[in-house]
Amino acid sequence: MFRDKDRYLSVLLISPSILAVLIFIYGFISWSVRVSLSKWKGLNPDYTWNALNNYIELFKDPRFHVDVRNTLIFTGVFVVGSIVVGFLLAVMLDQGLKGEGFFRSLFLFPMAISYIVTGVVWRWLMNPAEGTRTSGLNLLFSYLHLDFLQNAWHTTPYWGMAAIALAAVWQMSGYTMALYLAGLRSIPAELREAAQIDGANELEIYRHIILPLLSPVTLSALIILGHMSLKVFDLIIAIAGKQYPLDVPAIYMWQTTFDGHFYGRGAAIGILLLISVALLIIPYIRYTLKTEVQQ
Amino acid sequence: MIAKFRLGKNWLYIPLVFMAVFYLIPMYVMLVTGFKSFAEVDLKTMWNLPSGIAFDNYVEAFAKLAPSLGNSFAMVIPATLLSSALGSLNGFILAKWKFRGADFIFPFILFGMFIPYQSILIPLVQFMHAVGITGLPGLALAHIIYGIPITTLTFRNYYAGLPQELLEAAKIDGADMLGIYRHILLPISIPSFVVVLIWQFTSAWNDFLFAVVLTGNTQWPITVALNNMAGSQIIAWNVQMAGSLLAALPTLLVYVFLGRYFLRGLLAGSLKG
Repeated sequence: MFRDKDRYLSVLLISPSILAVLIFIYGFISWSVRVSLSKWKGLNPDYTWNALNNYIELFKDPRFHVDVRNTLIFTGVFVVGSIVVGFLLAVMLDQGLKGEGFFRSLFLFPMAISYIVTGVVWRWLMNPAEGTRTSGLNLLFSYLHLDFLQNAWHTTPYWGMAAIALAAVWQMSGYTMALYLAGLRSIPAELREAAQIDGANELEIYRHIILPLLSPVTLSALIILGHMSLKVFDLIIAIAGKQYPLDVPAIYMWQTTFDGHFYGRGAAIGILLLISVALLIIPYIRYTLKTEVQQ
Repeated sequence: MIAKFRLGKNWLYIPLVFMAVFYLIPMYVMLVTGFKSFAEVDLKTMWNLPSGIAFDNYVEAFAKLAPSLGNSFAMVIPATLLSSALGSLNGFILAKWKFRGADFIFPFILFGMFIPYQSILIPLVQFMHAVGITGLPGLALAHIIYGIPITTLTFRNYYAGLPQELLEAAKIDGADMLGIYRHILLPISIPSFVVVLIWQFTSAWNDFLFAVVLTGNTQWPITVALNNMAGSQIIAWNVQMAGSLLAALPTLLVYVFLGRYFLRGLLAGSLKG
């Protein structure tokens, strides 16, 4: 059906991209795996075989335990916060109110901004200083007579990470709103009308008809946000710099590799991150492509 | 009945406006602080409106950040254009000119969109040094290559939705592959190009991780320069606020004027394009 010349040409034109993906993604991942199994510590590459020792040491490392705990706190607050806020915004905007477009653009604009800018601004909003030096949101709370809301934000012991996740919710909840809004718009109006005729009230319609139909959207949001929180990096750097209580795997990797020159350990953290992301994303890609074929 | 219904929904403006205020707080602080004069800036009055309009903070922030704004543009523009062009070509071939194994390859390209870059960072830095592509060209190259998955995905989904008859008719008329691409697909892919260009521009402009490991201090793009400015004890917070606005302005303007396309890029990024 196709002319041979075109067939060769198409392979020829796409091969630089495929080659680049092969080398820069799969080749480099394999290279990282090899580094993670080496004794490389120092400026000069050292590929002496070290079996799984970098991984074993990481699992025993108290700093890595802090990282895992912080990632869990961040993921919990960020994912649940973005999904709940995004869903509520989408439902409110789906009511056909005037000014819907304005609100939608407003809720979405933080997505256009870098984590670094968000972080620099939130660093001042979440200023933990007390007494006469109180500023930022804490000062605003005192103006509004909501002093009980004042807190130490990201400097709170143990739970400081939750404050950083709050800034991330500010940035990303517009995104989940957009996902849910697209989902709500794809629900046929007849379904709601039929339920109304059957005597269902607004709440029942959401509970029994709309929420179940939106579960694929929730799944996407869970996976996309979940994999983002595994990778969180710039936002923390911009709010708090490199502080042990707010450490996460991505920062540990960066610091131990490029400041400490412990390449073996850095690569091991990178690979562990990759594995956790892959566990979320590979089933998701398979599922998405399968439903695409069925359509 | 109708009146009651209307009243019933209007209360929604209360939570909506409340949320709007929440989203605008950081913008408010950035803007208000930026327009205060140095004399007026004080953390204790950070929520007060400025008594007049002054540009001290913007002038100072611009003087400090101008070189890195230039670096960002120099790196982002070629990276955006090239990765979009590659994505369009790949998307066309994967959607409409399937060769054996095309469907097998696609998920492997897609996965590259989601990987944590920490898992390729060490080889990337080693490789760039070994081949001698460092600084801004290296950073642009990284954005082009790691942008291929998302640009390919967006174009593939768009082209896959076009009817096959469009191509068959052209084939019968004797058009070859490149002819079909240039004369039929390219002219109707302008909206997809806008989506992809915006997406690539935003993500390359906002990137921090690649920039911080691939560039040195004379070549820092804006994100790295701003972060270092914020981390230094010498530069006052008001200048940092003004600098943040300068750093956010290019992508914010794109969003304000082309928000519709921005949204489509977002949805494509979750594979829901």
